[in-house]
Amino acid sequence: MAQYQYHGSKRPKNTKKTLLHLLRYLGHHKWLFLLVGLLVCVSTGANLLGTYLLKPVINRFILPGDLKGLLAAVAGMGIMYLCGALASLAYSQLMIKSAQTVIQEIRRDLFVHVQRLPLRYFDAHTHGELMSRFTNDVDTVQEAMNNSFAMIIQTFLTLTGTVIMMMVLSLRLSMIVVVFLALMFAFIRFNGSRSRKYFQRQQAQLGRINGFVEEMMAGQKVEKVFNHEKKDFENFCVLNENLRRESTSALAYTGMQVPTVVSLSYFNYAVSACAGGLFALSGLMDLGGLASYLVYVRQSAMPLNQFTQQVNLLMTALAGAERIFDLMEAEPEVDEGDVTLCHVKEEDGKLVETAERTGHFAWRVPEAPGTPEVPEAPGTPEVPEAPGTPEVAEMLGTPAAAGSGTRLVPLKGDVRFDQVVFGYVPEKQVLNGISLYAKPGQKIAFVGSTGAGKTTIINLINRFYEIQSGTITYDGIDIRRIRKDDLRHSLAMVIQETHLFTGTIADNIRYGKLDATDEEVREAARIANADSFIRRLPDGYDTMLYSDGSNLSQGQRQLLAIARAAVARPPVLILDEATSSIDTRTERLIEKGMDAVMEGRTVFVIAHRLSTVRNSKAIMVLEHGEIIERGDHESLLEQKGRYYQLYTGQFELE
Amino acid sequence: MLIRLFSYMGKYKKYAALAMLCITVEGILELLVPLIMADLVDVGVANGDTAYIYTKGVQMAACAVIALGLGIGSARFAALAGQGLGAELRRAEYEKLQHYSFSNIDHFRTSSLVTRLTSDVTNIQNAVSMGMRPFCRGPVMLVAATGIAYSINHTLAVVFFIALPVLGAALCVITMKVRPLYSKMQGAVDTVNRIIQENLTAIRVVKACVRGDYEIAKFEEGNRNLRCQSETAFRLAALNMPAMQFVMYGTILGILFYGGKLMQVGNMQVGDLTGFLSYVLQILNSLMMISNVFLLMTRSVASGARIMEVIDEKIDITDEKARDIEVERGEISFEHVWFKYKKEAKEYVLSDISLRIEAGQTVGIIGQTGAAKSTLVQLIPRLYEAGQGIVKVDGIPVQEYPMERLRDAVAMVLQKNTLFSGSLLSNLKWGREDASLEEVETACRIACVDEFLERLPEGYDTEMGQGGVNVSGGQKQRICIARAILKKPKVLILDDSTSAVDTATERKIRERMEEYLPFMTKIIIAQRISSVRSADQIVILDDGKISDVGTHEELLGRSEIYRQIYESQKEGVEL
Repeated sequence: MAQYQYHGSKRPKNTKKTLLHLLRYLGHHKWLFLLVGLLVCVSTGANLLGTYLLKPVINRFILPGDLKGLLAAVAGMGIMYLCGALASLAYSQLMIKSAQTVIQEIRRDLFVHVQRLPLRYFDAHTHGELMSRFTNDVDTVQEAMNNSFAMIIQTFLTLTGTVIMMMVLSLRLSMIVVVFLALMFAFIRFNGSRSRKYFQRQQAQLGRINGFVEEMMAGQKVEKVFNHEKKDFENFCVLNENLRRESTSALAYTGMQVPTVVSLSYFNYAVSACAGGLFALSGLMDLGGLASYLVYVRQSAMPLNQFTQQVNLLMTALAGAERIFDLMEAEPEVDEGDVTLCHVKEEDGKLVETAERTGHFAWRVPEAPGTPEVPEAPGTPEVPEAPGTPEVAEMLGTPAAAGSGTRLVPLKGDVRFDQVVFGYVPEKQVLNGISLYAKPGQKIAFVGSTGAGKTTIINLINRFYEIQSGTITYDGIDIRRIRKDDLRHSLAMVIQETHLFTGTIADNIRYGKLDATDEEVREAARIANADSFIRRLPDGYDTMLYSDGSNLSQGQRQLLAIARAAVARPPVLILDEATSSIDTRTERLIEKGMDAVMEGRTVFVIAHRLSTVRNSKAIMVLEHGEIIERGDHESLLEQKGRYYQLYTGQFELE
Repeated sequence: MLIRLFSYMGKYKKYAALAMLCITVEGILELLVPLIMADLVDVGVANGDTAYIYTKGVQMAACAVIALGLGIGSARFAALAGQGLGAELRRAEYEKLQHYSFSNIDHFRTSSLVTRLTSDVTNIQNAVSMGMRPFCRGPVMLVAATGIAYSINHTLAVVFFIALPVLGAALCVITMKVRPLYSKMQGAVDTVNRIIQENLTAIRVVKACVRGDYEIAKFEEGNRNLRCQSETAFRLAALNMPAMQFVMYGTILGILFYGGKLMQVGNMQVGDLTGFLSYVLQILNSLMMISNVFLLMTRSVASGARIMEVIDEKIDITDEKARDIEVERGEISFEHVWFKYKKEAKEYVLSDISLRIEAGQTVGIIGQTGAAKSTLVQLIPRLYEAGQGIVKVDGIPVQEYPMERLRDAVAMVLQKNTLFSGSLLSNLKWGREDASLEEVETACRIACVDEFLERLPEGYDTEMGQGGVNVSGGQKQRICIARAILKKPKVLILDDSTSAVDTATERKIRERMEEYLPFMTKIIIAQRISSVRSADQIVILDDGKISDVGTHEELLGRSEIYRQIYESQKEGVEL
């Protein structure tokens, strides 16, 4: 099939590999597919044979007037036809069933894989791009599986069958057909490559207009405020007309293929008829033979057309499949952690693991044989400014036995960065050797310009990204040793951009803790000060939210996001500009509620507004990936440094 | 509805007609060719007339050439018509969108509008471009072949007068039943897409909450449902082919048997029988074609309906009552204004608002998140329409101004603002194309854009918007303010537009506005007391009602809410 790959307007780069991968999916249902193939053969065979049998039936029974024989022959053909039709019925139903199952599997595997991709991948690819893997590419594969698979077998058989029949009838005459078929084939190839060129131009125009429309729809309200509608409409019309022109050419060329091939087949027909007529005159062929030969000639164009069309479709589908498989092969997040999170309770002064939800957590650290009793504790931390470093041993807690080979380390929320270097792209470092220390149970704040690295620090604690050098420890354990899911379970995060899911308000809050009771949900909403506005919504907590909660204001969405974190009651909480759209008065109320929830637990706060961070125990001022000042509010003011400038409004955060 | 869709074809209608003509003639030629052929064999070969054979051969070749021309023509015309229709539909949609009010915009989601403008239109235009050929050929072939077959033998025609309705009915039933199944399937597709979309946009939340498995389970449910729906729909649609085969094979057998009998009696020739057979097959084939076209259309009908929703959306703010007047001074008054976003909503968003703002005044509006501050000011340029009560500018109800002039006179910097792709200069001039460089510079100076202008890589020519230079939130807000000032409005509304600007710069902007634009009415919505404290009057909105109006000192003395807000910030920012 490889030689046809040039026809696809979008063709795969590595046909063989993609095909193999696709075949692996089909392999789960290989018996079904074999059966389908067999049934297709039966159905096509019946069709071909039927046409072939017409002549003998007419010659042997109808002409001599053998009614009884005719009845028997018709009955025989009837059985054959019935088999053929039943086979078609069976294969088309089977094919759809197996195709849909395969598609479902592909879609699921794709989704599962996407869940495992690191954030780095999402940074580098737009949502639209990933979305199109799920929609356009899966659709083309589905389309091809529904139809092309059977059609290709069928048309190929018909084509070969017809050519063989013609050769049987007259080898010499069939040479003409072969020549014409070759000609048609050449034309299809030529036209294919030409229309591909136009299709690429059409795609480019389509991309341009889509980009324009997306931008304008997003900025619609601004457009109205500025009376800019007319101007934009003019621009749109230009793009629209360009697209129309390009796509007209593209489609005109593709549309030409079928009629051209059909016309060529008329030529073929005419030439064959004349030649056949002359042959018959010179006695090289009998009249009946000529008649049935010409029937086959007439039939030969259709399967060629269909065959090439289906092969084109298949190639497009393979290209789609290739993009899908490429995504499936993208490197997933690495997770070699063996340290897990568990609930603990204290029994006789010792920590014991328990299935209960005690609200106390510990790390279950497997002890590799030969590992020293106190593992990679951050030694003598090279963080001179960090207050209270000496309590390392105390902080690690009394190592408690939790079964053979494991050790329980109480979760305290002690986070340390030691000489951490990180950049989203290797060439550009965002953090240049940052060392910091978060004392457990404290509220730690980061202040700094956009791009100073505040959010980056948070992303690293969560292990959304991998650091380039240095270490990050969490309760004395290198975070790379902690299983990612457990690490993230221990931290609740409220991020700058709030995202809500389609579902009720209660569902959205419950996202933080799936088994939260209604009362817990309400309590969390009250802490986040969201209860009053939720109760005023038409259906209260059962109000449906659509498309990322677009029916709520930015501030309301942030309140919900905070409620989501509050219901989770995490050991460590991270607030990344979580209250930026909330007025200061409400913010103060939330702060009080959250402080109560997070009593004795570690909280990280990132904010632009200094009033948000003012009450924090330690405030770190970041600039260009480095901590330039640290201390509490008063001491920072006394330093009269950058914090002071910010505070007195002499400096703008960017 | 399809008819309505096609009415948008406009000037491309003639191409559609031409395409149909080409296809029809081509179809007739296709039926003619076998007739010529029959002559060639029956007369030419039978009589040994070489010249006759050549003549007929040439005739056939001529037919082929004409068919070729017609074929290429039909492809071109069909493309012109289909793509033309698509372009016109897109245009009509976009044009309609220009007249949408804010509440019309709220009605549709941005992403859904994009789909309606792009892929839905593509569906329709492709259905037309591709479906035209079978759509025209089907009926032509059906009628012509029926006629010929009938003329060959009336009696035998009975066979297909039975077969035809049977197949027709079967195809009809299938098509009718598949239709609702397709729309169900589309619903399942939408659900799955929505889950993916939400998952992708919120991937950070999903990862941070470790909800991957939960998301997968949610997706699997949708995925399974989609498989079931599409399996049912496709399986039913796939019945088309076997149904066709059953009838076709039955017909062949019937004709063979019945024809054989007729021939016995001497009512029929062999040539007639085979000819008849091929025409009957042709007829059944064209029926099949027609039913395929209907299936194709069924799928595009959904797209068509979505497009029509955009075009049919009732515009709720129009220039109906407009007179030929202009805003002169910029005095604003609200008289017992009530407002809610949807008629069905129980509670009003704004209740009984009465307020008077003199021309040239600076007014601050302050209040809680969700207090409807933005809603209040959006009533002034008629972005939304007040439900009850009257909003007046210069003592004249806003409805009496032509919308364009009203919005030119009332400039607004939105809370959620956008810069568009293009240079900084083109973004600044967005409100007024013909602004001179001097005016641009003044506007930039007032909005303190000049302070960071030199630091931009290419000054005024720096690329903004998607793919452009990243300006910080504060810088972006300043650019947006400059953009609004450049319009030289009578009223300037800043909706929380300096939240990311530091207090010192904000003060500077405020001072410069007083200095350069003393006659402009300025309405400032803010979170920070410092942004509004020097205003001529400060309005406190609470829960959609005006709680109090006064100067900073007055309010500090008598308003509990104001004092609370003040207290919550006093510690934070030196006032």
